[in-house]
Amino acid sequence: MTVQRVYLDHAATTSMLPQARAAWLEVSEQVGNASSLHASGRAARQVVESSRESIAGDLGTRPSAVIFTGGGTESDNLAIKGLYWARRAQLEKQSLTVVTSGIEHHAVLDPVVWLGAHEDADVRLLNTDAQGRVNPEDVESALAAGGVALVSIMWANNEIGAVQPVQELARICRKYDVPFHTDAVQALGQLPLDLGALNAAAVTISSHKIGGPVGVGALIVDPAVKFTPIQHGGGQEREIRSGTLDPASIAAFAVAVQYSVSRLDEHATAMRDLQEYLVSAVTSAVPDAIFNGPPPGEMRLPNNTHFSFPGCEGDSLLMLLDAAGVDCSTGSACTAGIPEPSHVLLSMGVPEKTARASLRFSLGRDSSKEGIDHLAKALPGVVERAKRAGSVST
Amino acid sequence: MSRLRVISAMSGGVDSSVATARMIDQGHEVVGIHLALSRTDSNGKGRGCCTLDDARDARRVADKLGIPFYVWDFSTEFAESVMDNFHSEYEQGRTPNPCLRCNEKIKFSAVLDRALALGFDAVATGHYAQIEHGPGGVELHRAIDPLKDQSYVLGVLTQEQLAHSLFPLGGETKVQIREEALERDLITAKKPDSHDICFIPDGDTAGYLVRKLGEQPGDITDATTGEVLGQHSGTFTVTIGQRRGLNLTVPAEDGAPRYVVDIDRESGTVMVGAPELLDVDFICAINPIWAGAPLGVEPIEVSAQVRAHAEPVPASARVVGGELHIDLYEPIRGLAPGQAAVIYVGTKVLGSATVASTNRVGQHASKTGV
Repeated sequence: MTVQRVYLDHAATTSMLPQARAAWLEVSEQVGNASSLHASGRAARQVVESSRESIAGDLGTRPSAVIFTGGGTESDNLAIKGLYWARRAQLEKQSLTVVTSGIEHHAVLDPVVWLGAHEDADVRLLNTDAQGRVNPEDVESALAAGGVALVSIMWANNEIGAVQPVQELARICRKYDVPFHTDAVQALGQLPLDLGALNAAAVTISSHKIGGPVGVGALIVDPAVKFTPIQHGGGQEREIRSGTLDPASIAAFAVAVQYSVSRLDEHATAMRDLQEYLVSAVTSAVPDAIFNGPPPGEMRLPNNTHFSFPGCEGDSLLMLLDAAGVDCSTGSACTAGIPEPSHVLLSMGVPEKTARASLRFSLGRDSSKEGIDHLAKALPGVVERAKRAGSVST
Repeated sequence: MSRLRVISAMSGGVDSSVATARMIDQGHEVVGIHLALSRTDSNGKGRGCCTLDDARDARRVADKLGIPFYVWDFSTEFAESVMDNFHSEYEQGRTPNPCLRCNEKIKFSAVLDRALALGFDAVATGHYAQIEHGPGGVELHRAIDPLKDQSYVLGVLTQEQLAHSLFPLGGETKVQIREEALERDLITAKKPDSHDICFIPDGDTAGYLVRKLGEQPGDITDATTGEVLGQHSGTFTVTIGQRRGLNLTVPAEDGAPRYVVDIDRESGTVMVGAPELLDVDFICAINPIWAGAPLGVEPIEVSAQVRAHAEPVPASARVVGGELHIDLYEPIRGLAPGQAAVIYVGTKVLGSATVASTNRVGQHASKTGV
């Protein structure tokens, strides 16, 4: 018997767009290293450069701002470490402060903590309000204390969908002449990103969250800001990111950006419609479910929903839903698959027990009301069983 | 057998891999679970590489068998119920068996409870033992393979737990299971057996306990004369019946080997002497757990086993005032308080209890131990 599968984990990754796959296949037929000087190399370089222009145009920035990387995690590491080291050299100080929030993705949080442990960084982790929003005044007071290397606050949170006041944060950072980085991996394709207007030092984007291939992303930088490279080699990408460029993936990435940005409004409207449907379906099916994060609207990603089911363990819920044909996520980081309580919820002040009882359902292009109905039908039984399991374990 | 929903506990070893495959072949709906029991890293994040390899192997076997697979984190429960208990038992001069404790408190308790609550019918493991259905209910029997039989470490299971336990390997030998793993092309087929306590991978229990409990030096004395023969770094670093690693500075006059025959926790003294001093013929064990009907005051003929791979000894056993009294027909050499005594009739496990005190051969008036 085949169980109908409903994929509600688009924030983890989403299906590849046929147009992106077609672009990848087409480019992959050509030989050529984009750094080579001959005709084949020039052809590869041409693909990379036109993709760079396409992405820059779609995001309201200049082609020279686009640094291709191997994905979101690499972009975040390059931004955090690259800015920290460059600023330290520039200011001739051994120790500087890194300001970030407790709800960042591990790709930001862990490099920051690493800098604290190994590079004398003074780590300033800002908590959020109960809806997962960073208070700009907290950022301002951290900056006013002086000695800040950089501020990194995500555009929109991957677990609870909270949209951060990045324009205001970028403005405050400019006032103090401190570089501002934002991880926009979840925001791209869901919210309008005008990077020219934002004028940040660095913005992280990733391809596979919007229907491009995995393994490619970009750091959109302010070309006037200095970054110390974290990998050295052939000097590609203006010596900020060495490594042979991947024209096929970059071309497919550009197609995905173009597609998702050009259809942003209709996509967001469709997602908000499904989001509302999902929230009402889940809360009707399980009346004591708690909806976490900001209410649907401007302050929340249109494709994100996140709930706590009191008395349940998130991993029990996930396993039972998996068996019922629903793919979702506890939204937490795993080491060898061991579920941890979400650091995002803990940072928002949610008690550990509630944090452990949480699931994220994230929507995408192929989501449907039928799929949500399937989830809502399975949920009451799943929650009841998980509650029984929750009452026997600690 | 009807189609059951089964949790298969997959350690990443060859035995649980084959056990899982057999459960699937028998038509059950199987979900693979790897138990995360210890977190070796001091900051509580991430685990030792060996443990991660095991988790990976388990996952790859589940992939090959086409079943869902998850990691269940029982590290907190394991630390509290097994490791803390292990430390405190040693500190109090007893010799616990953590595998038995883990079966009692984790695998067939916390894990089984969770599985049942989630709608599963049973937990299957790769232990070598056999479940049989007798007139009085579910029975736990020894495995066919005497070298691998693990009924001893399962002796702590109750009727209720046994009713939801499956041991698919007990009817074959280890050699056959390895061959089957090869035939099934499981990546764990050639993995060596694990013998050590899982949270002491280097096998150095004494060193581990010194690190955990701190050095608590004391004298090693001659059990007969009281002469000081050497020093130890903690009574928990030695165990009754131990001969090697004592580093005695005064040689025995007759050159005969000397064994730890008694441990006085109060004074921190370890006593050594001739092996005959280790022979016991009576065991008083407490906190009995019964696989089926409890024993009464009427003595019955049994065989008693006091270690995972010890020879069973014929005995008569009865319960007096809640304590299990075992009269051994042949002496057992070197028995420490804290060890489990499991009693059998034939191949059937009756139950187990924790050794509290023993009588030495010919010294029926006095009791040694705690």
